[in-house]
Order: sequence, then structure tokens, then C-alpha cells
Amino acid sequence: MKTVSYLETDTLGFYGDFGGAYVPELLRENVENLDRAFRSYCFTESFERDFTSLLNDYVGRPTPLYLAKRFSEKFGCPVYFKREDLCHTGAHKINNTIGQILLAKHMGKTDIVAETGAGQHGVATATVCALMGLNCIVYMGEKDIERQAPNVQRMKMLGAKVVPATSGSKTLKDATNEAIRHWINHTDAYYLIGSVVGPHPYPEMVAYFQSVISKEIGDQLIAKTGNRNPTKVIACVGGGSNAAGAFYHYYDQPEVELIAVEAAGLGIHSGKSAATSVLGSPGVLHGSFTLLMQDLGGQVIEPHSISAGLDYPGIGPLHAHTISTGRTKSFAVTDEEALEAALECSRLEGIIPALESAHALAVLHQIALTPNDCVIINLSGRGDKDMNTYQSEIQLQTDES
Amino acid sequence: MNPFYKTLKQVSIFTQAGFPKLESLSDQLINLQESGVDFIEIGIPFSDPMADGPVIQHTSSIALENGMTLDLLFRQLTKVRDQITVPLVLMGYLNPVLQFGLGNFLGKCQELNIASLILPDLSYELYSARYAKVFQAYDVPLTFLITPATDDERVKKIATACRESFVYLVGQTSITGNGYLIDEAKQARYRELKALCGKTPLFLGFGIDSPQKRDQGFQECDGVIIGTAYLKSLAEGTSETFLENTIGLPTLIPPQKHR
Repeated sequence: MKTVSYLETDTLGFYGDFGGAYVPELLRENVENLDRAFRSYCFTESFERDFTSLLNDYVGRPTPLYLAKRFSEKFGCPVYFKREDLCHTGAHKINNTIGQILLAKHMGKTDIVAETGAGQHGVATATVCALMGLNCIVYMGEKDIERQAPNVQRMKMLGAKVVPATSGSKTLKDATNEAIRHWINHTDAYYLIGSVVGPHPYPEMVAYFQSVISKEIGDQLIAKTGNRNPTKVIACVGGGSNAAGAFYHYYDQPEVELIAVEAAGLGIHSGKSAATSVLGSPGVLHGSFTLLMQDLGGQVIEPHSISAGLDYPGIGPLHAHTISTGRTKSFAVTDEEALEAALECSRLEGIIPALESAHALAVLHQIALTPNDCVIINLSGRGDKDMNTYQSEIQLQTDES
Repeated sequence: MNPFYKTLKQVSIFTQAGFPKLESLSDQLINLQESGVDFIEIGIPFSDPMADGPVIQHTSSIALENGMTLDLLFRQLTKVRDQITVPLVLMGYLNPVLQFGLGNFLGKCQELNIASLILPDLSYELYSARYAKVFQAYDVPLTFLITPATDDERVKKIATACRESFVYLVGQTSITGNGYLIDEAKQARYRELKALCGKTPLFLGFGIDSPQKRDQGFQECDGVIIGTAYLKSLAEGTSETFLENTIGLPTLIPPQKHR
């Protein structure tokens, strides 16, 4: 009997119980057109050629798989970093925007709309729009615009229009609402979503574009060790696009343990957390049925994390499915643990990681490792954008000690 | 007997439970009924109303701040129910309904004789594949949205699914409250959609903000639904004048016989 792949969706776009396209009739045509275009174009040789060539020559792929020697010594087993932080624009986000911008061009679109939280996806979108000569509008929560001024400047320099989302909590989830509303009002625009969230086919599509990460890990690991499979792959999860990419080719390899690291904020039960798989329950947000942080009345709760890329109140339906079936194990790391891990990585390996990636690193202190382990950590982004936070938070801790 | 089936053109008003005050609903229902509306839609507030414009985003968040919940909404409705004779419709995003428990929710709706439900993010396909059995068990008819871009075959399927309620025509693909122009091209499409709906009533909404628009809506559809413009008048304290102008005055186009 053939086992169903974790990556397979049914005709309505569900991974097991999660996913689907919960969109009003106003978006039906858009979503259907997108689905058709994705399936007819993104598996052709011509797409493959263009996608690969841009990833190699523009993004800088393949990114290195680096054996982190001092980390390996410290944790008693080989620890590899997948260096997505070395991608153009500083994070894995651009893998997805390259794929989607090719699709948008193929569909004849000229106006691109996106949402962004910390600004990384906004920058990656503004970048590919500049590259292709397309108009770019990025919705960003009013609060995030204040907190992430350098990324706002980058988007503007790249020619994008940054529009503040002033509704609700004025952060990522509201920027997403605004981007969706813009898409409803401008059905000829292309909505370039930044994570494995949203209505089907977005989660499937973004995971597919990010799957280049695990494909490279396999090829690089076999060249280095003679074995394609590590024992553990670790990645942080906000919406979950870097994790989906790092886990992709390993979902159906049961001997590889998949570890998703969420942001516990000030502590899972502190009321200031973004640990969706622990605190969340099934519900519908931004077009899909997934795990959500919500109150008893079904109102979405605003999450907290020191990392702006992880404070999303849901996770992608693929993660909801694989976590609830036990395929993926989820862990949670506090703001403080992430800061310590960022410092540890800086001092031991000379790499200042993004705060998001620091969560993935921090979980090494929580899990049991043996010398037979071979661990891959997806270092999803670099820490440049977080220097303000590092400066104020780590300085504070040194002063206290 | 379909309670939305009438020979005269109809006006429906959408109001937001819990707005402007937590306890406003009962008085509003009575007031709207007295002012002559044909049926009333009651909005269930949600934190992330993705198809709504700024006005309903605002009323929804005020309602939530005031403490409105589905549980409270049902309690308020229970108290006022025997004073309301016009059909009542509940409208809201799916998530609060799912958290309340779909079965519990539908049971309450049945108990309160809710004439129809509008859950915009529940598509016809998802409804058919995943939820239809539960809805049918409680016998609460659903209303689906269509737009001028909805293809003809789908309109027919939706009209059949809505035969005990009505089809909600969003006159232009846009979020709520964008007062679009109704030109001849649009009217021509509305005419086709009306024919495709057969016996199922068709109401036009999402941008009706004046008596003129209402009359334009009357031309091809069985009536209009007004939300944003009413809520705006409510916030500005001019709702009485608004209702008089919108419902009270005779229509410019004489009511046509139901086709």
C-alpha cells in the first residue's frame, strides 16, 4: 500500500485536516487563476531553468552547508548550519519571491502587493520587483514601520511603496489583512505572500519554492558524509516558510527527526508568547484552516516575540498537520534563550544570526544529543536587521551581570 | 416558504451586534423593524474581517472592545426575539462560529428562528464537501455571495443551494463600503444573474450608500442590503434621517412584479 506523503493535499487543498481555501467569493477567481497558473507553469522546464539561474546567479545559491566545528564540539555531535543567511537580501525569503515573481510575470501581472512583518519579506519582494521592473506595494503594520526603520528605507530605495496598516493591532496579521483587502479591490494585482500561510495553493506553492533548501542539504550532506540524511533538521517557525523548505525532502524519510522551534516570548504561559502549536487551537485565519492563537470566542490573539519574524498568531497548515500527527516535534524558546544563543553563535562561530534563527540554535540546549547524531540547523537569516535589539538587550544583560 | 420571497422590492439593513454600545442590539432591531426594513442582518464581530472596509472594521473592533461575544449575542436575541417579526439573518466570519461549535451555533439559530446565515469565508465548495451535513441537520439555510465575475454555472449551483434563502450579489469585486458606480454594463450583468438565479431572490449589496443607488439596485435585483452607510450614520448620530431617506421615501422606480 502506498503511504500518503505528508506533502500531499486533497482536491480542496487540505493537508490532513488543515489547509483549504477559506476565501470569500470576491477572491475565488483570483485564487483559481493562481492555482491554474502555478500548476501549468511552475513544473515546466522553462520555469525550472529561469528559477535555477536566478537562484544561482542572483541570490547566490547554493548556500553553503557549513560544519560548525565549535558548536559540534560543544554539543558532542556534528552540527551543520545551512547558510540561508548568505542569500541576497539576508534571508531565505528571497527563494520564494523569485519563484512567485516569475509566476506573476508569466501571468502578465504588473502590480505586486505583499505584506511584511519585520520587513524581510517586504525587502525580498521589493528586490524582485525592481529586478523585473514591476510595481510594488508593501503593507506593513504601523508599529512595525516604527520598529524596523532600516528595512522600510531599503524597500523605499528599491522603489516600493510602503503603506502602513493602521487597523487592528497594527502588526503582521493586520498587514496581511490589508494586503488581502487590496487584492480584493484590485483583482488584477498579484498577491505575493511571504510564508506557507494563506489560502490554498499558497502554502503548497511557497513550500515548493523554499524546497531548494532541503534539496541542497541532501546533495551537500552526501558529498560531505556519504549520507543524504541527517538525524535531525531544526528550523524556527513563525508562519513556517524556512522550516517548510528545510524539512521538505525529509518529510517522508521517517528516520529524520524534524524539529520546529517556536517563539515562547516571555514564557509559553506568560501571556506574551507566540508558541502557536502549544497555545493554539484549530481555526480559520487568512484563508486557511490551521492552528491559531485565539480566545474562547474565536478572536485572534496578538502574539509576542522579541523576533518580529516569529510573532504571527498562526502556523502554516502543513506544519499544523505534521505537528498534530507527530511527524514534526515542536519546541519553544524564550526571548532570553534566543538572545543567549545569538551571542553564543556570534562568539563560537563568528556568525551573527537573525533573531529568528537564534531560536533554532537555542533548541540545541533543550534536546538530547548523542555522538551518533548529525544535526542540520537552518540558519534562515543574518542578524544585521536585529542589531538595535541586540545592542539594547545584550548590553542590558552584560550590565546586570 | 422562503421568507425572502416577496413581490415588492426590499431593503435590508446590516447592523453590528455590540455597536455602538454593548447593549444596543435590541433597540436597534426594534427601531429598524419600525422604520420598515424588510429583513435585518446582524453582524457577528471578528478581529480580522478581511473582506470589510474601514467602517465595518471599526464597528467590529468597537463591538469586541465592548465585550460582544456570540454567547452574549444569542442571549440578547433571545430576550428580544418575540418582538421581531421581520426575518433575521446572522452574518460573520467562520472562525468565531467554529469556536462556538458549529452544531451549538446552528442549534441556537434554529431555536431563534434565524432565517439565514451568511458566512463569507465559507465557500460553496468547502460547504458542500465538509459542512453541508451539519447545516442540513439543523435546517438553517445558508446564503452565498456571488459577484459579477462568478461564472454562470456556479451562479446556478449557488442559487439552488440558496433556494430557501437568497443569493447575495456583491455588485463589484471590492471590500464593503466602496460605493461603486452602477452603470449600464453592470445592470446588464445583474439582469443575467437575476435570470440565472431563477426563483431564488437576489439582493445587491456591499456598496449601496444612497437612495439613488438603492433605486438602481431595485432595477434588476429583488432588493438591496445596506451596511456601511447605515453604520456610518449610526456613528454620526444621523441614522434616523438616513433610514427615513432610504426606507421611508417612495422609490423612484415603481416596484416591479417578481419575475
